[in-house]
Amino acid sequence: MYNKTVMDHFRNPRNVGVIEDADGIGEVGNPLCGDMMTIYLRIGDECIEDIKFQTFGCGSAIAVSSMLTEIAKGKSIEDAKKITNKDVAEALEGLPKNKLHCSNLGADALQMAIKDYEDKKAGITRPEAKRKDQHEHSHGDKCYCPYCDIELSEDATFCDACQSSLEEEH
Amino acid sequence: MKIINLDHISSKPLFPEVKEAMIDAIERDYHNPSSQHKAGEAAAEALENARESVAQLINCATSKEIVFTSGGTESVNHAIKGVAMANAEKGKHIVTSNIEHNAVIRSLRRLKAAGFKVTSLSVDASGRVSPQEVADAITDETVLVSIMHSNNETGTIQPIEDIGKIAREKKVIFHTDAVDSVGVVPIDVQDLNVDLLSFASNTFYGPTGVGGLYIRRGTRVFPLLDGGVQENNKRAGAENLIGIIGMGKAAELAKRDLKPRLNHLKNLKSKLLAELPNYIDEYILNTHPKFSLPNLVSLSIQYIEGESVMLMLDDDDIAVSTRSACATGSLRASHVLLSLGLSHADAQGTLVISFGIDNTEEDILSFLSSLKGIVTTLRDISPLYSKARLI
Repeated sequence: MYNKTVMDHFRNPRNVGVIEDADGIGEVGNPLCGDMMTIYLRIGDECIEDIKFQTFGCGSAIAVSSMLTEIAKGKSIEDAKKITNKDVAEALEGLPKNKLHCSNLGADALQMAIKDYEDKKAGITRPEAKRKDQHEHSHGDKCYCPYCDIELSEDATFCDACQSSLEEEH
Repeated sequence: MKIINLDHISSKPLFPEVKEAMIDAIERDYHNPSSQHKAGEAAAEALENARESVAQLINCATSKEIVFTSGGTESVNHAIKGVAMANAEKGKHIVTSNIEHNAVIRSLRRLKAAGFKVTSLSVDASGRVSPQEVADAITDETVLVSIMHSNNETGTIQPIEDIGKIAREKKVIFHTDAVDSVGVVPIDVQDLNVDLLSFASNTFYGPTGVGGLYIRRGTRVFPLLDGGVQENNKRAGAENLIGIIGMGKAAELAKRDLKPRLNHLKNLKSKLLAELPNYIDEYILNTHPKFSLPNLVSLSIQYIEGESVMLMLDDDDIAVSTRSACATGSLRASHVLLSLGLSHADAQGTLVISFGIDNTEEDILSFLSSLKGIVTTLRDISPLYSKARLI
């Protein structure tokens, strides 16, 4: 199901753990959509000196977290801000299409952690709860039929391929 | 490479005797059982012998009560849609449960669009339907009650006998989806008070793509497939004779060996349940302690996600199944587990371990020792686990 790169990052995830007194923390997801991810940053000279993650999720979510930390490590804040979900999915040499939403989680968590760092630096304090992003479960950029996995338009009320009604499932 | 199969609910191996019977059937190159010449008669005889073996496995009054189908899904569709169509003049209300297989759920969804009303009963925390609630749900409009015999995700067995009594008293047709039960636990259609019962051949080590529907004499049910007069006018289309012969052989063996198989499976299950706490902690058992299949354990391991566990076990050459939303096409938590009152996070960590007569105690121990390491690895990564430690 997964390619070799994904499996490698899943079985040997890089940068797992927690950074005590991190300069920035980003937390996304909820168990409703299957995955939760926390990113910890240590910033020095406006660069990501160290990055660690914790993830509750499937093989793809763990591989995405691991690859994301590899890409972000050592980058300047400005460059790290440019990391997109697509970059992570591409570095993993592709994810199954019904798993693409996992890659959204990774970049989202990183961007939240950077924002947390910048807010702290600017003296903006936010209540703990606000730090949690309400990650919208979007199936990635596109929608797929939950029955047959065929790509759908966003406003489809039934799937052409399998004739399933989608009012409840979409 | 030997793979330890602890995912028998998804597929069971063909028995050598079943394989032989099917190869023999291929070599005989049977004619059409509906043809009236000698070649056809030989085929008809093989077909009826298989029907007799299957009828005996579930104690039918006559083998004519068995209709061969393409498997459990077709049987369920036939029972539900066939009864609904044949009895629509009497009423358009059906009673079912919240934990049925998708074959039932989606058949009923289709009927809803045709004006049928469906009452779907919830289960208690142990996963069982209350017969009293079935009685209360039945109205003058009710034409069918459909409650599964055993659940494919938890293994929990429903009080079918009691529900059957109620349905009979109220003169409502009763169907049970017994796809995961027939050939595993003793099934007697007389004791169960059912009018229709769906089953599949692979459950008792026969080939996939073949199954059957028990239709009690006198039950009004339309065919799902219209065409020729095969199967006593109940299922059109030339029979899948090779598959049916395989199922017949598998049924014969299942009846003969039911007790030793049951004992073997019960031993494996006891071993797994007894050893589990020695290997992992913080898990929820979704399988009923008393009323459940002997070959299945459903386990929700807290703070970790099931697909990850399944993939890591696969690396160790151990096959299990998971009910994690991530591992299904729908990306939704299992309706069965949520019905039991499980949280989404706990439902995500659910493994279904299902064994067969080809498994040994060593298989169970290999699984457990592999699982122990995997649970530690994944909990080390999990933010939920470290948070739970802080509280």
